[in-house]
Amino acid sequence: MSLVVATLKRDLLLAARNPGEWANPLMFFLMVAAMFPLAVDPDPKFLSKISGGVIWVAALLATLLSLDALYKADVEDGTLEQWLASGESLYALALVKALVHWCISGLPLTLMSPVLGMMLSLPNEAYWALVLSLAVGTPVLSLLGAVGAALTAGVRSGGLLLSLLILPLYVPVLIFAASAVYHAGIGMQYNGQIGFLGALLALAMCLTPFASAAALKLNLSR
Amino acid sequence: MWQWIKTLYHRLGSPKWFYDITNRWIPWLVAFSAIGAAVGLVWGLAYAPADYQQGNSFRIIYIHVPAALISQSAYLMMAVAGAVFLIWRMKMAAWVARVIAPIGASFCLIALLTGAIWGQPTWGTWWVWDARLTSMLLLLFLFFGVMALQQAMETEEAGHKASAILALVGVVNIPIIKYSVEWWNTLHQPATLKLTEKPSMHPDMLIPLLIMIATTYVFFALLVILRTRNEILWHERKRSWVKQLLEN
Repeated sequence: MSLVVATLKRDLLLAARNPGEWANPLMFFLMVAAMFPLAVDPDPKFLSKISGGVIWVAALLATLLSLDALYKADVEDGTLEQWLASGESLYALALVKALVHWCISGLPLTLMSPVLGMMLSLPNEAYWALVLSLAVGTPVLSLLGAVGAALTAGVRSGGLLLSLLILPLYVPVLIFAASAVYHAGIGMQYNGQIGFLGALLALAMCLTPFASAAALKLNLSR
Repeated sequence: MWQWIKTLYHRLGSPKWFYDITNRWIPWLVAFSAIGAAVGLVWGLAYAPADYQQGNSFRIIYIHVPAALISQSAYLMMAVAGAVFLIWRMKMAAWVARVIAPIGASFCLIALLTGAIWGQPTWGTWWVWDARLTSMLLLLFLFFGVMALQQAMETEEAGHKASAILALVGVVNIPIIKYSVEWWNTLHQPATLKLTEKPSMHPDMLIPLLIMIATTYVFFALLVILRTRNEILWHERKRSWVKQLLEN
């Protein structure tokens, strides 16, 4: 257990000392969202309709961008082997890594999303739905993405492959989250969609660490 | 019965046994596919009555529906084979899983293409973001992902394991994707076009469809067996039984 805590501390400290790790996805998030009004239509009325979806697609891409590095260093410098030798369960490691990833990508994205909402003239009623859907949905992205990161950790140019593997699996999160924001924007109930996101989160927390652990073992056996 | 299944399972793990036994199956499978396709297609394309709404364009159903069904079963089979490989380290299962991926993807592509061809006259468009269409497209992406991961790994063994893990993650996600897409669709746009909910089919149309479905399953089995035999020959090429086989 102390190993889990130590890893959590170490990874958070590493992220704090290397601001690029969490700042780059944020900047990317901002820029992708800024491209939409430029490319599609800057009309506020139109933007208010698509803003929820745009912010969610941007969040999804930013998450993918930061996932690539999740296990690379641990595989290369032997941390992973040490972890396995310690007898601590890989399930715990996978869970902690996904948690750290969420702390440095999903959490800042969630906190920054109201600013983007303002830029994209998100309807006033939809702010809570946006923040809530991101708060519940981005951990699912981290957990699912961690499986892909573990699978591609030993592959050269694994980043592109990672997106290919994981994007189809992100579809349910995207659909429920964007639908929550959209429905809030037109003044309808959205707790059903948030409930689905919560169910996905529970499912992902139980199941994905197994897959990640199996994929990590695969990296060690080579 | 149970004993029989167990023996069969252990025998299936032996490439040589599989190669020999399928040698005897292949003629039957070929015959069944050929006769089934001939009967089903002629009945469906020439003798089944035209649909009262869609006229003759509905006849593509005899290819479209079997292909769609089989691509979904193929993903499931690939995941099961992957699980068998991960749990019991059975090499044959890994080869079968690897062989299924491109076949399943092909059937998925056929279903999408025939769907587009069918959609053009009936809906007036090649592509709609309908629940079924979207989930088939995502299934195709899932097949591509498994194939790409297999290719990307340095060793074949690692490729087998990685793609098995991915297939298992995908198989959990398939129902989630399917339902999310369906709910998303009903939430966003009212169902103006419903392809799947037609009044119950007339037997004259239904029977050829069932024949085509059965035939396509047999054809799928044939493809899997043929490609698995190739895989066996390649992996066992240094074994004496293959050398003997090739010399004769």
